[in-house]
Amino acid sequence: MKRIYLDYAATTPVDERVITAMLPYFKDGFGNPSSVHGFGQAADKALDESRRSIAAGLGAKPDEIIFTSCGSESDNLAIRGSALARREKYGHNHILISPLEHPAVQATADQLAAHYGFEVGYLPVDPDGSVVEGSLSDHLRQDTALVSVMAANNEIGTLNNIHHLASDCRERGIPFHTDAVQYAAHHPLDVDQSGADLISLGAHKFYGPKGVGVLYVRPGTELLPIQTGGSQEFGLRAATENIPLIVGMAEAFRLVQEEGAARRERLIPIRDRIIDYVLENIPHSQLTGAPSANRLPNHASFVFKDLDGNLLIQVLDSEGYACSSGSACKTGDPKPSSVLTHLGFAPDWSLGSLRISLGKDTTGGEVDQFLEILPGCVQRVREVS
Amino acid sequence: MTIPPRGSRIVVGMSGGVDSSVAAALLTDQGYDVIGLMLRLWSEKEGENRCCAPDAQMEARRIAAQLEIPFYVIDARDAFFEVVVQPFIDGYGSGTTPNPCLNCNRHIRWQFLLSRAKALGAGVIATGHYARIRKGDDGKYQLLKNLDPEKDQSYFLHVLTQEDLKRTLFPLSEYTKPEVRDLARQLDLSVADRPDSQDLCFVGQDSYRDFLRKIDPSLVKPGPILDLKGKRLGEHSGLADYTIGQRKGLGIAGPEPYYVIDKDSITNSLIIGSKSELGRDTFDVDGINWIEGESPTGPIDADIKIRYKSRTVPGKISPHSGDQAKIELREPLPDITPGQAAVFYQGQICLGGGTIRKEGR
Repeated sequence: MKRIYLDYAATTPVDERVITAMLPYFKDGFGNPSSVHGFGQAADKALDESRRSIAAGLGAKPDEIIFTSCGSESDNLAIRGSALARREKYGHNHILISPLEHPAVQATADQLAAHYGFEVGYLPVDPDGSVVEGSLSDHLRQDTALVSVMAANNEIGTLNNIHHLASDCRERGIPFHTDAVQYAAHHPLDVDQSGADLISLGAHKFYGPKGVGVLYVRPGTELLPIQTGGSQEFGLRAATENIPLIVGMAEAFRLVQEEGAARRERLIPIRDRIIDYVLENIPHSQLTGAPSANRLPNHASFVFKDLDGNLLIQVLDSEGYACSSGSACKTGDPKPSSVLTHLGFAPDWSLGSLRISLGKDTTGGEVDQFLEILPGCVQRVREVS
Repeated sequence: MTIPPRGSRIVVGMSGGVDSSVAAALLTDQGYDVIGLMLRLWSEKEGENRCCAPDAQMEARRIAAQLEIPFYVIDARDAFFEVVVQPFIDGYGSGTTPNPCLNCNRHIRWQFLLSRAKALGAGVIATGHYARIRKGDDGKYQLLKNLDPEKDQSYFLHVLTQEDLKRTLFPLSEYTKPEVRDLARQLDLSVADRPDSQDLCFVGQDSYRDFLRKIDPSLVKPGPILDLKGKRLGEHSGLADYTIGQRKGLGIAGPEPYYVIDKDSITNSLIIGSKSELGRDTFDVDGINWIEGESPTGPIDADIKIRYKSRTVPGKISPHSGDQAKIELREPLPDITPGQAAVFYQGQICLGGGTIRKEGR
């Protein structure tokens, strides 16, 4: 059975060109960039070039790029690092986030609340899952340490207007973080245009390797390291740099800049075909998240009433199609997704969620095949749900 | 059981134990398109049901990965509570000793699993049970005892219907348990030496008695211990703490040992008596499942088994009104326990069975 992967929002395969770029640094170019000798210097050169390359892609300066081990770590460093630094410096105790953040942000904020005495506030979102425009000023406090709003939601694909939020924060001198792990895999991101002070990226969402990420840090942003040790990454992230993965991330990100527009242009009509087809051919279905204009170009997400979403994923997998669902979990625990619950979906809808996310090489033919079997699978699962 | 064509899809109910793992391995080896499915069941303590606890799940996942078959976990907690745990609690509440495994087999391990298997494109399920299915000359499916009498699980499977049997495979039916363990070792399955599951899967570390007390303290209240004439001999700690035929732990001295003869849930009394007063040769069963699909028209002779581990005793079954029957045993048995199943056999064939009824004494 030929398997078709439609879960690129979960992770992507590493691009051949990225593998080629990485390979020399596993063996021959294995040096430690901190070493004095030639091996170290060669590794340091690769590190520096990668940093420059990513900085260029973001319209940033190289020393604003901190390499981490993943998007989640970048979120942790941004949230915990700036909350603790701001408390130390200004006595601030309030963290303001959107209620639909990735667990890497949400759980970090929760921990800061449970163990460090911070208070977590939530911005209102509209039914599409976008933070309500103009709502920020009502929720900011004198002691707000930072604001974090994701650029694009992983589960429902909705985009946020980061530029507006960041400008409002800027006016008040409050650092603004955005988790752009999903967003930056598709859209160009310029740090000055966006205005965010802290931006999280993860390589494996855009055909780079797993285990490497970036936190962009605007100069002047107060930040305490959360992993201490050596003085790597400008003292913000101790650890011998993982050169092969960093090189891979830089190459993958360069390819996003180079090919991103073409990828988007090709995927948007396929995505819209999925949305139209599903809503038209599957009874009791709803799109979750924003309509086409304001969602990730590769992302279509739905809920189906009275359907066991977990079983649907399993049935689709057994038919050869790999998709996911916000609430699906391999341990068989059907908790409704907190995102869908927050958006007001009752369990009879939210437990039946499906996310289809396309890749740069997904063909229209593959999607047509998938759409052909989907209504029947939904029907079969509904019969036993 | 109709042997499905090679390559067709079969769902194997996997528990992470040696039996279901070997069943999956055998079918995979025979060229079937096997999907491993684990049902997530309700447990007193979240995540501790022994049939699907995290470590059992990890084992099953490991076996599936080794066999290169897909493995999925399906949530059945609500259904399991409703059709297995609640009736178990209610049964004790009415002074019987229910066997929850029977409801589980009927409603969860078959009905529920079969429906999910169907959604997954599999017309047939397989389990690691020790019993045999045969298609008779009349086209009906028969449930037979396992060849190895030491490990015959037909007692628990008497609840299956023709439709269930038609869609079920028991890949271990030709093997003994030691042979299955050997097979697991030969196949290099890490579960070869996993101990057999025991006790009630949904009750935590404590006994079922503690479980009942926690669920509903009013179920297990102290009350009088009476002899057959109604004379009060002492106090019991709660009817659920005793089983019919029990001798130890009564704490009452007498000229000869006392045995539990009956439990009267209406007056919350425990009835005890001497060994000669214990035992019956006649009782009623209801909720009978006749595997053939219909009840015999008149009385039949059969061997009757009143507990999984007890020997079979010859007797006569006289069906009456729907799914009920009167059972007359050739000899009295001391531990005929309301709530447990009486299962009927003719030779190797399991005819079906029903629940031993509580009766007014």
